[in-house]
Amino acid sequence: MRWHRIKALVIRQIYLNKKSFPRIMDLLFWPMMALFLWGFISMFLAQTDSSGLNIITILLGAVLLWHVVQEGQHSVAIAFLEDVWQKNLLNIFVTPVTLAEYISSTVIFGLLRLAVAGIVMTIVAWVFYSFNIFTFGFFLVPFVVNLLFFGWALGIFAISIILRYGSAANSFAWGLIFIIQPFTAVFYPVSILPKAMQYVAYALPSTHVFEGMRAVIATGALPMHNLILAILLNIIYFALVMTFFTKMFARIKRKGLLLKLD
Amino acid sequence: MNVIEVKNLVKKFDKVNAVNGISFSIEEGKITGLLGPNGAGKTTTIQMLLDIVTPTSGEIEFFGMSVKKDREKVLSKINFSSPYVALPYNLKVWENLMTFARLYNVKNPMKKIEELAKFFDIKDLLPKMTSALSTGQLTRVNLAKALLNDPKVLLLDEPTASLDPDIADKSIKLLKKFQKERNLTILYTSHNMQEIETLCDRVIFINHGKIVDDASPKELIKKYGRKDLNEVFLHIARKGDKK
Repeated sequence: MRWHRIKALVIRQIYLNKKSFPRIMDLLFWPMMALFLWGFISMFLAQTDSSGLNIITILLGAVLLWHVVQEGQHSVAIAFLEDVWQKNLLNIFVTPVTLAEYISSTVIFGLLRLAVAGIVMTIVAWVFYSFNIFTFGFFLVPFVVNLLFFGWALGIFAISIILRYGSAANSFAWGLIFIIQPFTAVFYPVSILPKAMQYVAYALPSTHVFEGMRAVIATGALPMHNLILAILLNIIYFALVMTFFTKMFARIKRKGLLLKLD
Repeated sequence: MNVIEVKNLVKKFDKVNAVNGISFSIEEGKITGLLGPNGAGKTTTIQMLLDIVTPTSGEIEFFGMSVKKDREKVLSKINFSSPYVALPYNLKVWENLMTFARLYNVKNPMKKIEELAKFFDIKDLLPKMTSALSTGQLTRVNLAKALLNDPKVLLLDEPTASLDPDIADKSIKLLKKFQKERNLTILYTSHNMQEIETLCDRVIFINHGKIVDDASPKELIKKYGRKDLNEVFLHIARKGDKK
């Protein structure tokens, strides 16, 4: 992997994003709306709830951490889709850029976006709802890393599906995250879900992070099995999606469809 | 010295034989036209040379290196331009060129961009959005992009398609000038026979995925007893259809 090529693609994303109103909206406006919505819901629930649970921390912690998955997935999938829409994939892949470099650039750019959105959302949550994400302490690091990896895996899976089924699958890139969300118990414990859904939930690394987050809030300690399961599942998913993506890219080169993806 | 070697190249798309066992080599510093009717296999051949389409079988070598095994090394020494492959329209021209200069690790990229912009007379276009350019301007920007890495080999797929004759002529003259200055090797596809006649040292005719002739434009005109390359093209293409 050559850093100069990854850097070139990251800077290109910066050029593209600073001119794109929808991408700026994606970066700050929509996450902020979700934060305000859940912020007010949690304030209301906190007023009416007598269970003693820290509703604001549970819900706003979930909103902020869910944004990590969402940004991870979108940064990979949308960067790829922009190249498809602009018929630019061929231009990119006639240069010495490798698949790994291309994916790495989307991941690094996603990290930059996440840093910007994360800082702003953290400040807003603290100012408006007195919610401090750093109450999770050092547990925040494994939470964020695991959710990022899962988000990237989802993004790579989404672009693999687009490579396989073409533009008909574009909506999948946007919608995949919303298919996952109800199963992964972001805002409620897994035990609330029907039994069949619980099996699906436990197969997702993000579920173990959100269960872990709630355990940290309730007990101050992170159950190690949650962390280990999240890491193991992430390794499995990441290996599977990278294999799938490599196969789909090889397939599209075999079929000569790289320029006909739009 | 041969810079491109193609041996028994085959490409099958399901049951269609797009390229059917072609072999050729291209000498350094020569401009070679790859001609043939629509669907003859020209673009597929170029895309296989660029490792964008995987061949069913056969070998492709640039500078004695396999494009499959030494992809990064080969692609850093060659470049490609086609009007059918767009540059991102929502970037400024200089941003697009800068991105590709960085991808090729060009030293002092802005100087290189300015040098090419002067050569192709696109200096005033650099701060403009790519979406605001005319087809002729886009072609020149694409050609500048294709020369950013000082390629040893340039693959051009119908670079003057959809240009008016005046702009096409200017673009070709600029390209020819650049090729002479740098001893560039060019593989060129076009449907404009006059352009091929003036530009190319050699022509490879492909029809139904096979090489049907390979000679200089003059030799081909003489061999087929025709007035110009256009008539030779019609003769070969129609003969192929009858088969």
